[in-house]
Amino acid sequence: MHRLAAAPHIVWSVLFIIAPLMFVIYYTFTDANGKFTFSNIASLAQASYFEIFMRSICFALIATAVCLVIAYPIAYFISKAKPKTQKILMMLVMLPMWTNFLIRTYSWMALLEDTGIINTFLGKIGLGPIHMINTAGAVILGMVYNYLPYMILPIYSVMSKIDVKLIEAAYDLGSNPFQVLTGVIFPLSLSGVISGVTMVFVPSISTFYISQKLGGGNFDLIGDTIERQFQTAYNYNLGAAISFVLMILIMISMGIMNKYSDGETEVVV
Amino acid sequence: MNRKKIIELKNVAKSFDGEVVLDHINLDVYEKEFITLLGPSGCGKTTTLRIIAGFVTPDTGDVMFDGVKINDVPPYKRHVNTVFQKYALFPHLNVYENIAFALRLKKTSEEEIYKRVEEMLAMVNLAGFEKKDVNLLSGGQQQRVAIARALINNPRVLLLDEPLGALDLKLRKDMQNELKNIQRKTGITFIYVTHDQEEALSMSDTVVVMADGKIQQIGSPTDIYNEPENAFVADFIGESNILDGVMLDDYKARFSGHDFECLDKGFAKNEAVDVVVRPEDVDVVDPEKGMLKGVVDSVTFKGVHYEIIVTIDNFKWMIQSTDYVKPGQKIGIYIEPDAIHIMKKSEYSDMFGDYSSFSDELEHLSDATEEEE
Ligand SMILES: Nc1ncnc2c1ncn2[C@@H]1O[C@H](COP(=O)(O)OP(=O)(O)OP(=O)(O)O)[C@@H](O)[C@H]1O
Ligand SMILES: [Mg+2]
Repeated sequence: MHRLAAAPHIVWSVLFIIAPLMFVIYYTFTDANGKFTFSNIASLAQASYFEIFMRSICFALIATAVCLVIAYPIAYFISKAKPKTQKILMMLVMLPMWTNFLIRTYSWMALLEDTGIINTFLGKIGLGPIHMINTAGAVILGMVYNYLPYMILPIYSVMSKIDVKLIEAAYDLGSNPFQVLTGVIFPLSLSGVISGVTMVFVPSISTFYISQKLGGGNFDLIGDTIERQFQTAYNYNLGAAISFVLMILIMISMGIMNKYSDGETEVVV
Repeated sequence: MNRKKIIELKNVAKSFDGEVVLDHINLDVYEKEFITLLGPSGCGKTTTLRIIAGFVTPDTGDVMFDGVKINDVPPYKRHVNTVFQKYALFPHLNVYENIAFALRLKKTSEEEIYKRVEEMLAMVNLAGFEKKDVNLLSGGQQQRVAIARALINNPRVLLLDEPLGALDLKLRKDMQNELKNIQRKTGITFIYVTHDQEEALSMSDTVVVMADGKIQQIGSPTDIYNEPENAFVADFIGESNILDGVMLDDYKARFSGHDFECLDKGFAKNEAVDVVVRPEDVDVVDPEKGMLKGVVDSVTFKGVHYEIIVTIDNFKWMIQSTDYVKPGQKIGIYIEPDAIHIMKKSEYSDMFGDYSSFSDELEHLSDATEEEE
């Protein structure tokens, strides 16, 4: 790339990536008086924080896995449709993202509540009510619902670019439809899967608000903890330290993902 | 000859979006033969191959394999493999795994796979390329991998859709020889698609000339060249002077105002016909000794011969001769009876004029655009 052409990119990076990062690092390693310290990081070595981190990782992994299982066949069928239908279906996939994140989450509260729409319906047909709101399942559902398009989009975009001749070649050489899927379509869509997994896992592990609303505060996640430090406890240093650890965590998982992608298709952040 | 039919297309028709692409074609393919589908772009060659491979289902008609109808057999259950035009190698697999693909599906043992892949690599002259990334191979090498991949299954029939279309001329000639050798060695039936008539004539046992979704002629390369069925075939295969004529009687034709002896018979008395005379079969003689007389328009030196355009009776003939004549010179031409070929009138009769608009330059231009496609 030309140096001049790169200039806006550099300015942009400094403004929106490097500067916030510097703030996080600064607050992480200073105390309330601005003195250098490790105490913020050290104070995280507590069972309660460990539990929050483990829960966040666990929820994010489950949400990512569920998204993958749902998104893969959806992406596959969309990529098989006629070009015009593909466009419409992809628009439907993106449609929920047109409404605000908060509103979507509130809507799910209304749906899942013990006296909510679903339970009213289940009650009428004699199957309910089932307690759903304020459970771990509800939190994961919220994550899956919010981040599913981020899984479908990259998988679909890779799949729709697979040369049909390759699929025909696989059939021609004796693959049955299932073998075509495992032998050609899956390996060739792997880069999309990896981007999708990254794009769902990263926001899932750092998400806040979903758990507060759908989990009823029973499932503290990293995002919520960070938010609390900044919004209620006003302990910027501790909040920054948690963010810092989260960042390291995300970087490690991205490193693992990149390794899986064989260096062929680097995960784009 | 009691050769065994391996594939038969019976009255096969196919339309796409209401447009007839194959118009009731009948084709027999025999075991161990090298058969070539030859025709201009869009005439339905690829569609015919795809029907045999199982990727396209005919609207009407039957596809038979070993005498059994296979219309509804999916591609992966047919004993047919394809070499795709743009190779279609699996980009996520290396050379070895691409070639081994078909065997892996059949749960073949590792040793057997290794043995067969090495055999195939040796056959296509790619020994030592096992670990190479297929995306980094040259066009010619990718082509060889595609051939090896399709042959490892020992298919009964190999389909090749313009397999050499993307290669440069030199490589193309080499690969033509190699393919022919592979076909002889393995004894596998090859169904080959090309729009290059030279390639078709030099490689095939049988040539199938197609146009407008119809088969125009099926025959050996010499038959197709010497005895074209109609004006289309005569024009498409090699150079030819195609004239309007009348069959006066058996062995007697009249064209350009002269009666000629010929070897054709079986036409109605005074039946209007198309007459084909190949440029190399015309002898240039003194005007007084000629059956026909004319004035030389142009002469082009072609290395082996001169290409002479002569106007005779308002028709511009092309003659290839080793004797030099001057433009403007009056010459006579002499045509032996066996140099004259009579064809029935067809829908293509009036589509091919004389060589009045003929120019080498134009021909090269149209060749180039054809290759770009
Ligand atoms: N799947 C399809 N849908 C619609 N039309 C098609 C389809 N496949 C082929 N056709 C049409 O059928 C006609 C014949 O196509 P085909 O590919 O068989 O020609 P071809 O003889 O192989 O030509 P070329 O030498 O250019 O490869 C073309 O007009 C093409 O546009
Ligand atoms: Mg074609």
